[in-house]
Amino acid sequence: MMKHVLAVWVEHHSGVLTKISGLFSRRGYNIESLVVSKTEDNSIAHMTIVVWGDDRVIEQVKKQLNKLIDVIKVNEITNDETVDRQLLLVRVSANNGNRGEIIQMIDIFRGRIVDIGRKSLIIEATGDETKIQAMINALQPYGIQELVKTGVVAMTRESKNL
Amino acid sequence: MNGAEILLRALEEQGTELIFGYPGGAVLTIYDALSKSSISHILVRHEQGGVHAASGYARVTGKIGVCLATSGPGATNLVTGIATAYMDSIPLVIITGQVAKAMVGTDAFQEVDITGITSPITKHNYLVQDIRDLTKIVAEAFHIAKTGRPGPVLIDIPLDISMAIDTYKPYKNVEIRSYKPTVSGHPTMIKKAVAIIKNSKNIVVCTGGGVINSNAFFEVEKLVNETHAYVVSTLMGLGSYPGNNKNFLGMLGTYGNRSANEAVQSCDCLIALGMRFDDRAVGNPVKFAPNAKIIHIDIDPAEIGKNMPIELPIVGDIKTILNQMLKLLNEEAFNLTGNKVFNKIETKIKEGLNAPWILNKIQEKVTKDTIVTTDVGQHQMWVAKCYSFNKPRTLISSGGLGTMGYGIPAAIGAQLAKPDNLVITITGDASFQMGMNELGTIAELELPIKIIIFNNKALGMVRQLQHHYCNKRYNNISFEKSIDFVSLARAFGAKGYRIDNVAEADLILDEALKNNSFSIIECTMDSRELVYPVVLSGDGLEVMTEDI
Repeated sequence: MMKHVLAVWVEHHSGVLTKISGLFSRRGYNIESLVVSKTEDNSIAHMTIVVWGDDRVIEQVKKQLNKLIDVIKVNEITNDETVDRQLLLVRVSANNGNRGEIIQMIDIFRGRIVDIGRKSLIIEATGDETKIQAMINALQPYGIQELVKTGVVAMTRESKNL
Repeated sequence: MNGAEILLRALEEQGTELIFGYPGGAVLTIYDALSKSSISHILVRHEQGGVHAASGYARVTGKIGVCLATSGPGATNLVTGIATAYMDSIPLVIITGQVAKAMVGTDAFQEVDITGITSPITKHNYLVQDIRDLTKIVAEAFHIAKTGRPGPVLIDIPLDISMAIDTYKPYKNVEIRSYKPTVSGHPTMIKKAVAIIKNSKNIVVCTGGGVINSNAFFEVEKLVNETHAYVVSTLMGLGSYPGNNKNFLGMLGTYGNRSANEAVQSCDCLIALGMRFDDRAVGNPVKFAPNAKIIHIDIDPAEIGKNMPIELPIVGDIKTILNQMLKLLNEEAFNLTGNKVFNKIETKIKEGLNAPWILNKIQEKVTKDTIVTTDVGQHQMWVAKCYSFNKPRTLISSGGLGTMGYGIPAAIGAQLAKPDNLVITITGDASFQMGMNELGTIAELELPIKIIIFNNKALGMVRQLQHHYCNKRYNNISFEKSIDFVSLARAFGAKGYRIDNVAEADLILDEALKNNSFSIIECTMDSRELVYPVVLSGDGLEVMTEDI
């Protein structure tokens, strides 16, 4: 069982997201994350889906996705050279005593402070999965009050297409 | 024109002649427009009957079946029928009314999210948002339903759209950028397949439902002649190769014919045409066709390798691919010597009121053009094993979903499609009660359908499963009270008959089958009868259990 990343281009209609997620749930495929949004073409939306499974399961996932009329193209980019990014927003406990320390540490991760309160900070950061996880681990000791993050978006590097 | 009139004109342009339906508030405007359309409407008694009838019509003709229902309960009543068609790859276009757009999402009267509900069981579905999209949607729906692997497509039309006014703008040349089914087989794969065939000694061709969808009957016959192959079939493929040919060994699978299963398990090359290696057909997939290189020809790439590893897959239309293969096969002469001879083992028929005996009698009295619809259960398996289907599109049965209640409405669709053919429904007393809503439809239309009920006062197949897997602990599978089917028949204006003993069978069947009227014939049967041989769960197809 390993993690696979799929880049999927779909028709940009209402209801398409439901069809895709419905396909995954009824066939029992494990989605770790799914990010969808418009692309440079208004009629096409792009999804980055991270799914767990062995090779045989992933073959079926790709084929079943292709069967959907609204799905235009499916690319597995797990083993491709890609740029991957996630966005993290985290509210961490901070007081006069440790605020300075936290700010220094965030600098290391090139994160930004987007909200300051008397008892907490909201930090925003982007990066690949490893970096985001490392930052979360580094903030844990201070007390994480709330955390939201997007799934992975990914794009293949041009080196692949040359 | 209003939306309803535009819809109907679009349907007419697609060649629709018949719609099966049931009216209601959300489709009032459509029904109003129907009265001025060239399309004939068949009023059923339950929307499920409507979709099953459209399905029977589609299976018999190869054309797209069309049905119509109102919103809310009308639409949800279609769900089982749509799932039935989806599992068996039947081309249907289903039109449902919907509440007005402004009311969608407000839990309005008779509102239901039918596009959400049917997403997993339709090939595609549409909720019409703008009247200007209507002709495009209809054209696309028909295109999607019929091309590639056929299937049901649903169009949900809000009431205000069917009432809105617009001019009719025809839509030709459907182009869907994300949908381009493969037709021709890849030449390299075809070459490889031919090489495998030439190196094989015992070839078995298995016909699935896809052969019928592709109308590839002539090509299959030529292939079989060229390769001296034996032929077996799935339930859905029966009739695509003449059942009375000497090299047809029967249906394979858990309730298949013995010789068919033996041939498959011992062959060295299996040419699987338009079949999906369903668990009923292959038994334990790990133990299926252990000595064979499997060549899998199917139009749906998702079926390749889904249930079983395949030696040689070829994606595309069967008719086209077989023609490509036959060209190559003819190029060089080659010798094919099979070293195994299979004799078709006929099901033993013991005289008495049992299914094989009665089916044998019926077969003697009908022609190969007779259409047989069935419900689901033991009777269905006996029909598949003991009745010979010699022409395509003569067996109409629910395979993939196994829906009880299919037989009677499907017969309505079949009879309307082929008014000059004899249409017989073989059903059980339990299945009959699931489909009997439509007796009213048959009576009203005066269709000369013959319904033959194998009455064992039980849910025979469930009883058999309890026999094999619950150590004969039978529960909730039998009826104490008897239904007087003969009187029931008369109540619907049909002729009613009952066969109680062997002696009267010939006389009653002769009269009933020739009387040119709607008839219901009840045959008393013993609920202790089991369908044999059976391949039990987990076994390979060669392990065929007889009477235990």
